[in-house]
Amino acid sequence: MEDFIVAAVKTVIAFALLFTVVLLLVWIERRIVAFMQNRLGPTRAGPLGILQTLADGMKLLFKESMTPDRVEVWLYLAAPIMALVPAVLIFLVVPIGAPITIGGTEYTLQVTDLNVGVLYVLAMSSMAVYAIALAGWSSGSKYPLLGSVRSAAQMISYEAAMGLALVPVIMFNGTTSLAGIVEAQGATYFGFLPAWNIVLLPSFVVFVIAMFAETNRAPFDLVEAEQEIVGGFHTEYSGFRFALFFLAEYINLFNMSALTVVFFLGGWQGPVFGPTVLQWILPVIYFFAKTFAIVFLFIWVRGTLPRMRYDQLMGFGWKRLIPVSLAWIILAMIAVGIRRFGLPWA
Amino acid sequence: MSWFADLLGPWRGFTVTWRQMFKPKLTTRYPKEKRVKPQRFHGRHTLNRYPDGMEKCIGCELCASVCPARCIYVRGADNPPDDPVSPGERFGFVYEINMLRCIFCGMCVEACPTEAITMTHLFEMSVSDRQEGIFTKDVLLVEPDGTPNHPLPDTPLIDIKELRLGDGWLRATAPSGRAEFEGVEAWSPSARMGGLAPAEPAQKDRNATDETGQPEEGTDD
Repeated sequence: MEDFIVAAVKTVIAFALLFTVVLLLVWIERRIVAFMQNRLGPTRAGPLGILQTLADGMKLLFKESMTPDRVEVWLYLAAPIMALVPAVLIFLVVPIGAPITIGGTEYTLQVTDLNVGVLYVLAMSSMAVYAIALAGWSSGSKYPLLGSVRSAAQMISYEAAMGLALVPVIMFNGTTSLAGIVEAQGATYFGFLPAWNIVLLPSFVVFVIAMFAETNRAPFDLVEAEQEIVGGFHTEYSGFRFALFFLAEYINLFNMSALTVVFFLGGWQGPVFGPTVLQWILPVIYFFAKTFAIVFLFIWVRGTLPRMRYDQLMGFGWKRLIPVSLAWIILAMIAVGIRRFGLPWA
Repeated sequence: MSWFADLLGPWRGFTVTWRQMFKPKLTTRYPKEKRVKPQRFHGRHTLNRYPDGMEKCIGCELCASVCPARCIYVRGADNPPDDPVSPGERFGFVYEINMLRCIFCGMCVEACPTEAITMTHLFEMSVSDRQEGIFTKDVLLVEPDGTPNHPLPDTPLIDIKELRLGDGWLRATAPSGRAEFEGVEAWSPSARMGGLAPAEPAQKDRNATDETGQPEEGTDD
């Protein structure tokens, strides 16, 4: 019973946290991109326009959700939900802070710690492609169809690179549990350098690039390239169904940033000091600070790089990223082998 | 080393966006902040008066005939002899501009022989009804003190001083048709209260004499 209550409370907190963060995220992105373009961005709703997303959400809630004539109704209605659910589910395994101990019981700051966390994360992020593909196909319109065809090809090719980029991480830390991976990064080299997985630099680079493609963001936002195919897969969606896609997109952005932090930047690890309460709070702060740094990277890239052409995208995925990650896996394999068994000639 | 430069090329863009973030922003926060409009801004029209309060419009309909959008409707009428509205025989009895059709080209201003119609710096003309989009004479005519009639008297958006300034309409030809200004470009001082002297000051007197003399031919029946 107690387990159930704890799980329920954690789920509710995670859910609330995720949506609050996403509300902020949209605002942050609009402000930063605006600043990069010498504009101010949203400033009216709330102080500095911080409530802009809320206002937009309310507006979309009250708008008519149109259903065009030629849609496959059930798939058309299910697609936005299929987009949102996996996005929310990913966050459940992300540890956002060090475990805290209250009254002799240890509570982890993640909803659940799956021992196959990495596989779960990859599976859930692959689920997102179904939502997009089905949304495009069921809309019965040419632009969404083009968008979903693009997304299917793009996501499949970058999914491979992403999975391969995580293999060295798993080998290095010897676990597929996300909490375990963060735990393993708590050590230090030479007593002061944090042993974050960023030392696996090629993996990190490949993962980050694949992440951009996975979340359909610039420079890989071919799926919803406004200039070419109107809105891509969500052209035929309006009202709150569109808002669900929008929400899912930004939740994915946050999730992917959080996962980068977990896999490569030491998760919530950081110098902890002071009283117990501070020791609980500091890791959470570290986690969010690192995550928002990655989010800023996302926004910075969006503000800087133009969209890639479709053949460039596919070529880059299959001919660069995948061979690089394969070669790096072999190197990492040798390094891990040496670390564990010593040099072969020794 | 060219491959090295190629490698660095895309990254240089990131420094550009980074630098832009800290530069002053170009946004004018519109309702809070007011931008000084260019002198020749083509805003809402106004019908001007002479300093003595007489209307400048003589109901000649040249503005209506030159309007490419056909948005001006004018009907002239004879001035009542005991209480003339304008110096001259006729005045603009009905003057309507359909602001939903107006393209703000300013050709009406160019065509007007008495500088009765000029453009102001007013640009907030949103209406909640198509019928309200037709601006009638009571909206367009300036107040007796020369202030253009505007719907929002006391908002920071309306700068009375700015409104009273001339609109800087560049007369390419002679103002008021005076021969000595033929071909001379001049800033019209005519706006609003009309600093320009009435084109033919003797007109009123001539009106008086006309009453005794023969009526001109070609007038309305």
